[in-house]
Amino acid sequence: MAKEIQSEIQNPIIRVRDITVQFGATRVLDGLNLDVKRGEILGFVGPSGAGKSVLTRTIIGLVPKLAGSIEVFGVDLDSSNTSQRRNVERRWGVLFQQGALFSSLTVRQNIQFPMREYLRVSQRLMDEITIAKLTMVGLKPEVADRFPSELSGGMIKRVALARALSLDPDLVFLDEPTSGLDPIGAGDFDELVRTLQRTLGLTVFMVTHDLDSLYTACDRIAVLGNGKIIAAGSIADMQASQHPWLKQYFHGKRARAVMG
Amino acid sequence: MNSDPKLERIAKGNALALCATGTWTASFAPVLERMVADAEKLAGGQQSIFIDVSEVAKLDTFGAWLIERLRRSLTQGAVEAQIAGLSANYSSLVDEVRRVRANPVIDGSTITITGMLEQIGRAVAGVAGTVAGLVDMLGAVLAAGARTLIHPRSFRLTSTVHHMEQVCWRAVPIVVLITFLIGCIIAQQGIFHFRRFGADLFVVDMLGVLVLREIGVLLVAIMVAGRSGSAYTAELGSMKMREEIDALRTMGFDPIEVLVLPRMLALVLALPILAFLGAMAALYGGGLVAWLYGGVQPEAFLLRLRDAISIDHFIVGIVKAPVMAAVIGIVACVEGLAVQGSAESLGQHTTSSVVKGIFFVIVMDGVFAIFFAAIGM
Repeated sequence: MAKEIQSEIQNPIIRVRDITVQFGATRVLDGLNLDVKRGEILGFVGPSGAGKSVLTRTIIGLVPKLAGSIEVFGVDLDSSNTSQRRNVERRWGVLFQQGALFSSLTVRQNIQFPMREYLRVSQRLMDEITIAKLTMVGLKPEVADRFPSELSGGMIKRVALARALSLDPDLVFLDEPTSGLDPIGAGDFDELVRTLQRTLGLTVFMVTHDLDSLYTACDRIAVLGNGKIIAAGSIADMQASQHPWLKQYFHGKRARAVMG
Repeated sequence: MNSDPKLERIAKGNALALCATGTWTASFAPVLERMVADAEKLAGGQQSIFIDVSEVAKLDTFGAWLIERLRRSLTQGAVEAQIAGLSANYSSLVDEVRRVRANPVIDGSTITITGMLEQIGRAVAGVAGTVAGLVDMLGAVLAAGARTLIHPRSFRLTSTVHHMEQVCWRAVPIVVLITFLIGCIIAQQGIFHFRRFGADLFVVDMLGVLVLREIGVLLVAIMVAGRSGSAYTAELGSMKMREEIDALRTMGFDPIEVLVLPRMLALVLALPILAFLGAMAALYGGGLVAWLYGGVQPEAFLLRLRDAISIDHFIVGIVKAPVMAAVIGIVACVEGLAVQGSAESLGQHTTSSVVKGIFFVIVMDGVFAIFFAAIGM
């Protein structure tokens, strides 16, 4: 048992090997390899249309892959049976780009939905935990009875994060969490992700275009290009890289503005 | 890795010490909640209260909140319960949970008699609103049509043709098939019952009058309400949900002119065509059954049909079609534009578009029946 724990700590939480994904004749991911370590915040960047969201959706099983293997929490998702898979799904949370809140449920019902399905918890505890989650993502308890259509864009992202966190996952996927937020809101969100990672011991897989997020929130950065990871490392490694796209990305006008 | 959580009392004279051990996570929540509820009863008369969490193997938000709940309920007056032995990596989680305001928000969805009465009242008042909405839309469509007549260049021909294809051309197979079958059934039933009186041939009269005056157009209108009315509502509704209609408006376009008018026009043109095809298919089906099942030769059928019906019957039927199309279209567009932000609302409005569409089609048919009876057609 101790050995098992040991291996869980040492092994990467996500291990992606030789992933190939193809839509029609266009090959989006081509033999891609990626490791995400336990407890880190991995920022995932790349040009628009490079397949960042596709990789995320492939890992969580929404896009079928042509070849390769994906291990999450040490479980190979292709050879796992339903209960193993269910177990893995219980331990991750996903924040979709548009929030993907259930539009006919209130905020409270949205957050309680996974709890209701997976846990046997009293209604009182669920209500209290809902408020706790809302507080954690920086929302007032009063929004609990609103419907998603009555929320602003930033609030939708926060509620979606609260829902992604509702089962206390070990791993969260964030697909462009700060897009469409004002700079202050985006900054708060980065701070929030950092805090949650510290308090809950989360591992975060974050697809982002936001340079601020990369600088302030991420431990490590992976860059996607031509269907492969072209670079992975700290922000300093990225700045030192000679790859033309990276040079443009990290030394462009906006990057200089961020670095001040 | 997971061990059953425990909460034990350690007697310490005037102090109450509770020692939490094991895994305090969501999967053990029912057990944890019961233990915490039991421990809450222990409070009273102590000088100091400690909750020792140094032996907790694993903690998540659920566990942290339950410890916080216990701490809050044990704290009475001046004696504040303390959490002791918190490891560094969990302390920030407990701090986070401590900021939570305790009183849960009350769920407002309780059912009361006054609430039910209120709903009935609102529903009744809503009927007037529905009628007003339909009249409003009729006016808006007519106004947009008039504007288009004055400025013919603003007429959206491509869109209209596209909707004609969807509503008319693609509906032909199903409309023809269903009316053909209905024609067969009417003829078969007619022959079966008329035969007892030796009045086989009168089935042709019945078929001709029924199909041309009523069944043809009514059946087709109901099918179109189900097929195209629902599609219109769903299209406009999802455009409304994604703010596409607002986008049109900000660009200076009138959504009625751009979206509703072509759809209405397509429907008003399509329904007479479909009603005509449907009536022909029904007559054909009836004739076929009369021949094969009733032994009425096609020549005899045609001769009888020529005597039985006049052009009046056909006109009575076909004149109703564009009016019914307009009713279906207006109901569908009003419902589509009334969709709110949720998927549920889209479903509700699509349902009510079809239900109201069919209801109004039948009401219109009744009104027409009275009218034609009055003018003697």
